[in-house]
Amino acid sequence: MSKKLSEKIIEGGLKASALLTVLTTIGILWVLTSESIGFFRHVSVWEFISGTKWTPLFESKHFGILPLLSGTFLTTFIAIIFALPFGIAISVYLSEYAQPSFRRTIKPLLELLAAVPTVVYGYFALMTVTPALKTIIPSLQGFNSLSAGIVMGIMIIPLISSLSEDAMQAVPKALREASFGMGATRFQTAFKVVVPAAFSGIVVSVILAISRAIGETMIVAIAAGQQPNLTFDPTVAIETITTYIVQVSLGDVPHGSIEYQTIFAAGITLFIFTFILNTVSYWLKKRFREAYE
Amino acid sequence: MNNTHINPTINDSFLKRNRIGKINRVKDKLFQAVGIIATFFGLVILAYFVIDIFIDGIARINWSFLTSLPSRFADKAGILPAWTGTVWILGMTAIISIPLGVSAGIYFEEYADRNRLNNLLEVNIANLAGVPSIIYGLLGLEVFGRLFNLGGSLMAGAFTLALLILPIIIVATREAVKAVPNTLREASYGLGATKWQTISRQVLPASSGGILTGTILALSRAVGETAPLIVIGALAYVPFVPQSPMDEFTVLPMQIFNWTSRPQADFLVNAAAAIIVLLVITFLMNGIAIYFRNKWQKKLI
Repeated sequence: MSKKLSEKIIEGGLKASALLTVLTTIGILWVLTSESIGFFRHVSVWEFISGTKWTPLFESKHFGILPLLSGTFLTTFIAIIFALPFGIAISVYLSEYAQPSFRRTIKPLLELLAAVPTVVYGYFALMTVTPALKTIIPSLQGFNSLSAGIVMGIMIIPLISSLSEDAMQAVPKALREASFGMGATRFQTAFKVVVPAAFSGIVVSVILAISRAIGETMIVAIAAGQQPNLTFDPTVAIETITTYIVQVSLGDVPHGSIEYQTIFAAGITLFIFTFILNTVSYWLKKRFREAYE
Repeated sequence: MNNTHINPTINDSFLKRNRIGKINRVKDKLFQAVGIIATFFGLVILAYFVIDIFIDGIARINWSFLTSLPSRFADKAGILPAWTGTVWILGMTAIISIPLGVSAGIYFEEYADRNRLNNLLEVNIANLAGVPSIIYGLLGLEVFGRLFNLGGSLMAGAFTLALLILPIIIVATREAVKAVPNTLREASYGLGATKWQTISRQVLPASSGGILTGTILALSRAVGETAPLIVIGALAYVPFVPQSPMDEFTVLPMQIFNWTSRPQADFLVNAAAAIIVLLVITFLMNGIAIYFRNKWQKKLI
């Protein structure tokens, strides 16, 4: 009897820990919305999503999120454009060409790229990549989205390569053997059979990489600048949503003020984008897993 | 082969096919080279960068750099509050997150039925793992900082980072527990053990390597985090060593960020030196994690 009871208590404790994760989500939603509601009492939603000036910390205040969005998407776009070819080439090579022993050694090393703290990448972008790019593009500003985006790209290479490779490994061997039997080379088999079969898995990896890049903070805060410019010029200083939140947090903004509330309005915008991307990738992943089971 | 010279059309198509075959083989070899170059590209960049940092900062690392408080003068400034803060944060985050994460992971793998609630919990964890770290900072600022009145203390920082890495620990625990063969559980039940006895005496020891690996990787992530701590209001300038969990603090990444954003070149040297210390900690933790993973995988097979 007491044994049964203690079993029940333990199960209850374990379940409580699992339910705590729901509390975290509720906490995030509550914090973001309750502070944003205060913000949207002062600023109309329309002004927020269509305004082209973001100057909440200045004397004449404007609350248009577009400059922060353009900065966020510009750095993300550069990072993905840079990381995608490397990520795909690595995953195809490791999955279809490399010896298993080589794969086992190289994968943890590649994953080190994602383990380096982002503040360190920020230093790298500012101190090494920007000066190097300046020799090619003399007009490059000291803070710019190009070098921040490229360094962010380096960081997310293992994210794309690792998940894409997993997807390719999940493609049944019979498909490859049929292709080889028809006289196809490894290259043809990889790109005409394996990549199409693993396509949804590859898409998942890219979506997760985009989500990661949108939420990345320290690299852009250090190397991309703090100037909310509505521009797609990669050589000038910009500001991302995440950088803005850091900028306000470093200053001394009193709780309850409109300046304080802006970081939650910016935060909820960021959350919505990453939430959509994560949800899409989750369902895609579920679907492609079922495809081969 | 013999009849190729008799019929010119066959001859033509044969040659053509042969040429295409050759091109395909060249493409195949070419991609092999591209693949190797791409694989090593990131690693070469990382190596270049690490060497670059070492050249910039290694001369600055000495005993007084590790044991001094920060200062307005770059050559007198040290990282004592930063690395002690990092050790505090690491320990406290581990104490909070490991029991919670491992418990939740065990629940999902060993107890949870396939029903709508548990499906929802699973989707939720996948989503939490993708929430940007700075959003956790906003959560920590409002809930731990203001609601629980912890301000910018170590306690607020550790709780925030614990929530941030919880999904990673849960997922790692689940995978490790899932990898334990069912025969082990059945043998235990066969001897009359209860469910919890089976889990605590058979399943957990058998999966401890995998759990350990995932946990160390998660904690290494927490050690490198900057953004959420900036948002909860951790200080950039801390001229003391934290003595209790309620003290204010800084950590190595925050100190690096602070020195990187100063215009004086001397502080950038300090930043490089602090980065070396942070990278040593990060790579050490990753190395230990990989070591445990390899050891555990061998045992499992």
